[in-house]
Amino acid sequence: MKVTAELDRRFRDAAAAAGDLDVGYDLVDTPVGELFVGATPAGLCRIAYDPEPERIVDSLARSVGVRVLRAPRSVDETRRQLDEYFAHRRRQFDLPIDLRVAEGFPRRVLDELALVPYGELTTYGELARRADHPRAARAVGTIMNRNPIPIVLPCHRVVGASGSLTGYGGGLERKEALLKLEGAL
Amino acid sequence: MMEAVAAIPPFESFYVEHRDAVFGFLARRLGRSAAEDAFQETFLRALRAYARLEHGRHLRAWIFTIAARVAIDAARRKPGDAVPLDEEPVTEDSQPAYLELEHLAEELPPAERAAVVLRYGYDLPYAEIGAALGSSEDAARQAASSGIRRLRRKEGLA
Repeated sequence: MKVTAELDRRFRDAAAAAGDLDVGYDLVDTPVGELFVGATPAGLCRIAYDPEPERIVDSLARSVGVRVLRAPRSVDETRRQLDEYFAHRRRQFDLPIDLRVAEGFPRRVLDELALVPYGELTTYGELARRADHPRAARAVGTIMNRNPIPIVLPCHRVVGASGSLTGYGGGLERKEALLKLEGAL
Repeated sequence: MMEAVAAIPPFESFYVEHRDAVFGFLARRLGRSAAEDAFQETFLRALRAYARLEHGRHLRAWIFTIAARVAIDAARRKPGDAVPLDEEPVTEDSQPAYLELEHLAEELPPAERAAVVLRYGYDLPYAEIGAALGSSEDAARQAASSGIRRLRRKEGLA
């Protein structure tokens, strides 16, 4: 007997409210396409472009915990702030972040990245300097490419020393769109 | 590969795979409207216990034993709304049949254990047990009877 959409929704809401999920996620529509958005009870842990939910869910189950469930309520606040950001009504995200999967140098770089302000550009080399490894610009590029929480951790604001956009995990078009939205281009 | 077979799937896949069968089972036991609350309770209990699972085998049998227990609790709480279950002989100093059986059957192979517990502990018909275990009515009957034989031998009752 098929579970109705309403009953399904009720269970997913109750699971999110119970606090027993390792990760609750949903797919969120934005002007730069559909995003996978996932959060642990401690905070936002994953945003992904062009999501293949099954693959991301499997990888979160391995890295965070097996109790991964599509539970829209878990990411309501993130969805709201993303909507505001894309509607030019928010310049800074105010969300708890869970970066438990990043350690060591990548973690330091992502922490520095979080401080790059709206509408401003920085370079891979500069970010490496701020994370106390001035010669690690290339490694910073790799870390940006694997950024677990793009948009909210603004790797789109990081460009090459010559000012070229260089690259973006979600594709250069999106990097350009985000920087235009912020008035940086 | 054994490891792949036994891996615990993400809860999302587990839930999507079993939700319709569990709801159908609860609706037959409790009626549709009581089944909705029982459905939620079943999967919330499963979610709480899920992180403690040691492997991903026999998850269908596992979720059905949870559902069967939730159905019994629900039928007790609201006797008026529920489809009556068979009398459960509970005396003051004995456990309900299903608790005693779950304990006794702990060492049986998982499919036999589930069949014994669902048949004799929860009084499910074999067709339902077959569905729960992802096999047939006949296979469920066989698993239950070979489980019972094994238990009798173990307890020296043969």
